[in-house]
Amino acid sequence: MAWALASKGRWENNGMTPSAAASTDPRIAQVIRRHGARADALIEVLHQVQELHGYLAPESLRDVATGMRLPLSRVHGVASFYHLFRLEPPTAHRCAVCLGTACYVKGGAQVAARIEQRLGVRLDDPAGDGVWALQHVSCLGACGQAPVLVVDGELMTRLPVDQPEALDARLEAAGLPQRTTT
Amino acid sequence: MPSPVQVRCCDASGCRSAGSQALRNALEGARDAAGLDPSQLTIKPVGCLRLCGSGPLVACDGPGPTQLFGGMAPEQAGALIAAALPSSPAPGSGDPLAAHRLDLEAPFFALQRPVVLEGCGQVDPESIDDAIAFGTYAQLQRVLQELSPEQVRDEVRRSGLRGRGGAGYPTGLKWDTVALQPPGPRYVVCNADEGDPGAFMDRSVLESDPHRLIEGMAIAAYAVGAERGFVYVRAEYPLAIERLRLALQQARSRHLLGNHIHGTSFNLRLEVRVGAGAYVCGEETALLLSIQGQRGMPQPRPPFPAQSGLWGAPTLINNVETFTAVPAILRQGGDWYAAMGTAHSKGTKVFALSGAVVNTGLVEVPMGTSLRTVVELIGGGVPDGSPIKAVQTGGPSGGCIPAERLDTPVDYESLVELGSMMGSGGMVVMGQSTSMPEVARHFMGFSVNESCGKCVPCRAGTVQLAQLLDRFVERRATSADMERLDALCQMVKVTSLCGLGQSAPNPVLSTLRWFRHEYEAACREPSGCVATGRVR
Ligand SMILES: Cc1cc2nc3c(=O)[nH]c(=O)nc-3n(C[C@H](O)[C@H](O)[C@H](O)COP(=O)(O)O)c2cc1C
Ligand code: SF4
Ligand code: FES
Ligand code: FES
Repeated sequence: MAWALASKGRWENNGMTPSAAASTDPRIAQVIRRHGARADALIEVLHQVQELHGYLAPESLRDVATGMRLPLSRVHGVASFYHLFRLEPPTAHRCAVCLGTACYVKGGAQVAARIEQRLGVRLDDPAGDGVWALQHVSCLGACGQAPVLVVDGELMTRLPVDQPEALDARLEAAGLPQRTTT
Repeated sequence: MPSPVQVRCCDASGCRSAGSQALRNALEGARDAAGLDPSQLTIKPVGCLRLCGSGPLVACDGPGPTQLFGGMAPEQAGALIAAALPSSPAPGSGDPLAAHRLDLEAPFFALQRPVVLEGCGQVDPESIDDAIAFGTYAQLQRVLQELSPEQVRDEVRRSGLRGRGGAGYPTGLKWDTVALQPPGPRYVVCNADEGDPGAFMDRSVLESDPHRLIEGMAIAAYAVGAERGFVYVRAEYPLAIERLRLALQQARSRHLLGNHIHGTSFNLRLEVRVGAGAYVCGEETALLLSIQGQRGMPQPRPPFPAQSGLWGAPTLINNVETFTAVPAILRQGGDWYAAMGTAHSKGTKVFALSGAVVNTGLVEVPMGTSLRTVVELIGGGVPDGSPIKAVQTGGPSGGCIPAERLDTPVDYESLVELGSMMGSGGMVVMGQSTSMPEVARHFMGFSVNESCGKCVPCRAGTVQLAQLLDRFVERRATSADMERLDALCQMVKVTSLCGLGQSAPNPVLSTLRWFRHEYEAACREPSGCVATGRVR
């Protein structure tokens, strides 16, 4: 079942191959036109541009600045302030493990450690192994089903941390490759 | 005419992740297979039925008492339809659904007092007709046609309602401040940023009963003289955003938003603004900057948003739960609301119960209910039956309340006295195995990540505190570290600009206060112990 988690989320794979935008990308111009180029729409525009390209490339930020008649420094300042905006191309697959308080109490850190080991990546290293990356989030509002994990936009709940085999089976079913031997 | 039998299926995000949509499809198939049509048996998607940890949940209303089922699989659809029919025999020993029946008389449900959550789990969140049939928007109409803005504010003041976003500022007073600013444009803003880990009350309201929130905001806008408003929702809540957008569109098409609402001179435009993953944007001045498309950095107050907010105009900003309580207050009267709760904390409060507790989900109880009632009676205590160690309230701004203080009534003042705070309503139960210095380190990691970096005490102080706490977590602390911890906490608390920095030391201070022995033990024990649960 698809969990359309934050179509703008930093962990979501929108299925598009990240590509560098050509200069004055017509799709960016269209997004801006839809918002009437109002300065207060900047965050919404950035969300939509990120949805188009998978991340906010330097060229995209320049196009947004030109199109909205804002200083590039302002556009860059906003894009870099918010955690959900990605300034680097994302890996093809992404996991986000919740380390909010409820998930933490229910063993979220063990889930993170297990995935680090399985994928051979480090938590919060955006480059991951080039294909998979693992990052943490601080609460998805699904605390009643803790601990939770998002794999390529799909929410997985009530992960069995106390049963390593069952946990591995859930990770396997979610498509996480076993990169390292245990 | 609703059919005599109605099956309500939770379609909020908690149950969706547990497979509620497949279950609903299966129920529709089973209804057809039983030769019934929707006029005989209605299957309705609704919002959160509260016991989110046992999803997917289904409630069956018939001529008899309502039956509730949890953890249902699509294969059980046929049995469920059979159980929903009035002709079905009383559940006996052969009941195929016995293991899934939830007792509505159990404390989890019986001790709740739904006000904000009145329509949650009752109405179809995607249908304005259903909301209207439930009574939503009736108070907006009455207010516009019969009451003056002063009368509305008077009712809210009498209710004693205080802000549910954390600080507990009296809502009526805030509305008066905005209303009494010099003439000119003003705005209403709903804070739906809900960033505290462990909190999911606002999410549930948005996903379950968005029209109630819109009605509350419209009444507030009328009361303070605003014609434009925003709901700022965090991007991590896609279903809430989708349902809120749909609800706004439906309200516009019914002329419940727009110009000349109910034929009066009252106009209101409401829009959704989506955050981008910065916790500090829950702070009101940061949130207002974010709505204006800027970096969400907190600003010194005064001026308060009520005086100078969006584009310099007086701006009313309230939390989701605060606005959602308003229609019931106007319907039943401020005195009715004020009769619930304690001397200084009136009405009901919604809590999100999670962590080491049997029943996880949404709990709305009168203010002043004891913590023990909430976590032991309603929550059912720790799953393995061991005693509770602590209850965390107030998120990263709050603290851990030890088991020996569970008889404390839950209200704003009592929780502050214990070194915690009400916060937005997240309650995370902790069992014996949870280490308190690790919890403190966990929260400090959060504050390091979320500090906006504007002021040094918070930006650098939280990093230093985290490093210091590492020494305790890794059991290599000295008694000098203990003193530095105390001193650094005080410094960060007193000198930070906004609430994030000012309250970032709270989880440390409260665990130091109630669980000091755990910090001391970490000093004496040999170093090299492997830390668990570290959060970078
Ligand atoms: C760091 C920080 C985060 C906050 N996050 C939220 C939040 O997520 N939701 C909320 O309603 N209030 C939050 N607040 C409180 C708001 O600043 C503000 O007091 C509140 O929205 C006012 O509404 P109320 O009077 O209805 O509570 C936060 C405050 C701080 C300092
Ligand atoms: S206290 Fe922290 S979050 Fe608040 S303004 Fe200062 S640096 Fe930013
Ligand atoms: S703490 Fe993980 S979903 Fe809330
Ligand atoms: S989400 Fe279904 S009961 Fe709360």
